Amino acid sequence: MSARRIFARPARYAAIAPYVWMVLFFLVPFGFVLKISLSQTAIAQPPYLPVFDFTEGWAAIKAAFAQLSLDNFSLLVSDNLYISSYLRSLVVAVTSTLILLLIGYPIAYGMARLPQRWQAIAMMLVIVPFWTSFLIRIYAWINILQHDGLLNKILLALHLVSAPAVWLSTDTAMYIGIVYSYLPFMILPLYATLAKMDPSLLEAASDLGASPLRAFWLVTFPLSLAGVGAGALLCFIPIVGEFVIPDLLAGSGSMMIGQTLWLEFFTNKDWPVAAAAAVALLVLLVPPLLLYDRLQRRQLGGAN
Amino acid sequence: MARKVNAISPFNVTALALGMAFLYLPIVILVIYSFNASRLVTVWGGWSLRWYHEFFNDRAMLDAAWISLRVAAVSATIATLLGTLAAVGLVRGERFRGRSLFSGMLYAPLVMPEVISGLSLLLLFVALNAERGFWTVTIAHTTLTMCFVTVVVQSRLAALDRSLEEAAMDLGCDPVQAFLRVTLPLIVPAIAAGWMLAFTLSLDDVVIASFTTGPGSATLPIRIYSEVRLGVKPEINAICTMVIALIAVVIVLASLASKLSSSEAKSAAPL
Repeated sequence: MSARRIFARPARYAAIAPYVWMVLFFLVPFGFVLKISLSQTAIAQPPYLPVFDFTEGWAAIKAAFAQLSLDNFSLLVSDNLYISSYLRSLVVAVTSTLILLLIGYPIAYGMARLPQRWQAIAMMLVIVPFWTSFLIRIYAWINILQHDGLLNKILLALHLVSAPAVWLSTDTAMYIGIVYSYLPFMILPLYATLAKMDPSLLEAASDLGASPLRAFWLVTFPLSLAGVGAGALLCFIPIVGEFVIPDLLAGSGSMMIGQTLWLEFFTNKDWPVAAAAAVALLVLLVPPLLLYDRLQRRQLGGAN
Repeated sequence: MARKVNAISPFNVTALALGMAFLYLPIVILVIYSFNASRLVTVWGGWSLRWYHEFFNDRAMLDAAWISLRVAAVSATIATLLGTLAAVGLVRGERFRGRSLFSGMLYAPLVMPEVISGLSLLLLFVALNAERGFWTVTIAHTTLTMCFVTVVVQSRLAALDRSLEEAAMDLGCDPVQAFLRVTLPLIVPAIAAGWMLAFTLSLDDVVIASFTTGPGSATLPIRIYSEVRLGVKPEINAICTMVIALIAVVIVLASLASKLSSSEAKSAAPL
């Protein structure tokens, strides 16, 4: 038996503890979400019915099962509040992902064209905000965007506006916050594919008479599509369920699905509906999640 | 002759400069205003440490900060242990039953909306009748951050030359010895970086903590969040600046750790 195969067995044993942990705290909780999404709201502790009590025997459990229903889901598809927040989440996520791509691509491209030494520094500079608190970065924007904040002061000083404009509690503020928070997630995968690209391909294109712009469209961009896909998914998926940014920066007019879930859970104490909203959100995210998983595996799987 | 493609064009420089300004200016402004003497956040009243004093006399905030630091330290430590084991299993375990479920469970939380992770863990804790507080938040953070640790350690481990372990075993080490004496010292920088990433992620989280915490153990981000909802306060600027300073120290340590690891480990993983 080769040393490699002998090593593999204890390595598999190493996976047992994290495996059990993830099943217990990641997989099993989804079962509870599913079960409670089929339950009814109750004024009780915990605030839903039925409660499965395994000490009461098989008949009681069967009776409890019979009480489960799809009522919460029919509420979700019949109530305008949920449909509109569902749609809004999609619109916001698609729009933000496109803006992120438009802003992130030139930055990643510029990084990939820097001298080797500078590339490492630029990459560090993009990663650092990812480590810095997300909440703090949103708060920093509230400072800037508020009524007598820096942005209005600058605009007034330049005579671009005659009175302070309203920035906070608008969709503009929310998009600024989302783009600001997720920009590193877009830049890094893009940069990773652009930096790996062979520059001689572009030289060949220009030797064959392509203008730089044409060479970009016909060579660089198609070759960077893997990075575009990874970056877009890495932004799109969490933005769909975003809560903090729209809550702090957008107006109270329309809500995203994450906000609806929060409201049902914390304010209305309607756990079953919140759980149903979570299941609905999850269903929406399954296709992009599977796609992301495939991309991840191709990237990491290639190494071993 | 072919045009030099790698030349720095004005367009590239402008894109980079604007991008970096966008990423950093808001934070710089926040830090500067934390030293503002004026109570009005937007009126400059000269330099002062007044709001830092305010924070150190704010019992509730200090308690929250202490809880957050403890949760971050404990969850980062457990997450690093589990995440490293998971990375070893994934990279060195070759194929085993349930491997794709395992890797799926480890990648999904990286992008999973926090409202879902938070709600599902809370429902689990309620069903188990667990008392919510320090430990429930710690378990929730461990679950999230161990996935990040796994990714960091995994990319380092995958770049490692396997023949080193094989040589150690040819020389008479059993697999566990080979791992402890050869592999582990080589991946320690990645493990350290993973711990620090886990620590900062835990220190940052509002949503999952809001779901899983109980009365009396609000974390610092929860407190900041509820203050921020009411508007800008100079004291919050001061707290944020201190958190940024703490994270800056952690980043410097993490980059020193990755400097220690050899340069060939220039991993593609952004973390």
